[in-house]
Amino acid sequence: MADLTVKIKDLVLKNPVTTASGTFGFGEEFADFIDLNLLGGIFVKGLTLKLREGNDYPRMAETASGMLNAVGLQNKGIDYFISDIYPRIKDLDTEIIPNVNGSTVEEYIEVTEKLNEVEGINAIELNISCPNVKEGGMAFGVSCPSAIAVTDAVRKVFDKTLIVKLSPNVTDITEIAKGVEGAGADAVSLVNTFLAMAIDAKTRKPVLSTVTGGLSGPAIKPIALRMVWQVYHAVKVPVIGLGGIMNATDAIEFMLAGAKAIQVGTANFIDPQVSVKIIEGIETYCKENNISSVSELTGALEIS
Amino acid sequence: MKKIQDFKVKEYRWLNETGYLLTLYSDQTIEPVSPGNFAEIKVPDAPDVFLRRPISIFDVDYENRLLTFYIKVVGKGTKKMGELNPGTPINIMYPLGNSFTVNGEKNVLIIGGGSGIAPFILLGRELQKKNISTTFLFGARSKNEIVLTEEFDKYGRVLATTEDGSMGEKGLVTQHPVFSDISGFDKIYICGPDPMMKAVAKIAGEHQVDCEVSLENMMACGIGACLCCVTKTTSGNKCVCTDGPVFNSKELAWQI
Repeated sequence: MADLTVKIKDLVLKNPVTTASGTFGFGEEFADFIDLNLLGGIFVKGLTLKLREGNDYPRMAETASGMLNAVGLQNKGIDYFISDIYPRIKDLDTEIIPNVNGSTVEEYIEVTEKLNEVEGINAIELNISCPNVKEGGMAFGVSCPSAIAVTDAVRKVFDKTLIVKLSPNVTDITEIAKGVEGAGADAVSLVNTFLAMAIDAKTRKPVLSTVTGGLSGPAIKPIALRMVWQVYHAVKVPVIGLGGIMNATDAIEFMLAGAKAIQVGTANFIDPQVSVKIIEGIETYCKENNISSVSELTGALEIS
Repeated sequence: MKKIQDFKVKEYRWLNETGYLLTLYSDQTIEPVSPGNFAEIKVPDAPDVFLRRPISIFDVDYENRLLTFYIKVVGKGTKKMGELNPGTPINIMYPLGNSFTVNGEKNVLIIGGGSGIAPFILLGRELQKKNISTTFLFGARSKNEIVLTEEFDKYGRVLATTEDGSMGEKGLVTQHPVFSDISGFDKIYICGPDPMMKAVAKIAGEHQVDCEVSLENMMACGIGACLCCVTKTTSGNKCVCTDGPVFNSKELAWQI
């Protein structure tokens, strides 16, 4: 059997399949459907310093081969996560990776400082790409100076693996990727959702309470794949790929484009067992193609 | 326990131009279902229907391994679900959500608006088992939208209002004479359009009658992961899929 282990700096994943923040709750929501211990990692729901109620309903719109969301980082705050949620999931045999958000650099620092002290948490994902909050979020991720500033500030207070989640809503994603790499990111994950909107022609109103939201699902996969490929060639740090992955073939395509690991997102809503099916599919692919280590797939795209 | 399970289409019973009962069968045993629970249905053979569709469970037959849904055509998903051939495989996540509470009531009123009658066969059956006197009040625009009254007859008194007066009392459910003595009920259960539920919840509140409402917000995951289907409550935003779909009307931060 192929070795499925992948290393993202000091973070060791038993396989390259993880679940994307905001699509998998804290893992527990899926415990009736899969053995969570099989996963490479779980990027848990985005966390902020203080409780956030998120945006008003409606927060979701189904679109062609995808969906929009405008949840707005609803969560009970970092302290509640550490005291109440993390103890329930910390003994899972998978990496629990918190997704860190803030309205200001100071908030990012404060949340990160708290997580730096939590035993068992070996990595965080710095979210500078949430399109659904008024302050902070994507604002940090769409300009190089601010992306560098927040990454640099968080790097100084975090000793473990720092992954920075990039926004696709930029002119050149490789510039941002290079910027955060220079500021000390150990890896980048991409892409977050695309800023988008849906309109109800009958009522002449936007479908979402926030007018715009983030597009995810297979509709964005070809663009995400292209961005992963570009960033893989622009930086030296590992790339974690996501954006519309629905099955093992999609996951393998992301790895060939340059991803060392992948995140399954929106697909979890349609099939709560899909993440495990993707692990099995990658195993089968490796076996059929005589691949001894899954890392061989990373960037193995052949352009003749 | 929540389960993902393969079923097959057994049969349809069309009730009017847009409403139908869809019965599915499975080779495996059926998980215990409580009144108010729903299922997330993957619409088969419909690549343009991306997400599952949350549908209230209308009836369950454990012995014959059947699940029945009352579905009203409102979009492409519910339309497609009405066009499947018997034997078509269909994948279901269920039972999801909480359920109506029954705590020693003696006399209850169940109000269903349009497809809001869906969860009330299971509830009516449970209430009957507990010897609780039940009145059903169904509201619709017109007679052809009041369906399945003979099924509900088995579990209690059935009343109706129609906006055009073609069946029962003319007007809205809240204009039915049964509301003149609303304090005679110790609980109201309601599922229907938001304005109807809000109007009933307001009256229930004024007369200190306990009122449980079942909400129908748009959902993606159905299991509390995506946080898309939230409703405002007195203790913040809550997921209709896991904290609901049934809420006590006092919990909801409705502007009524």
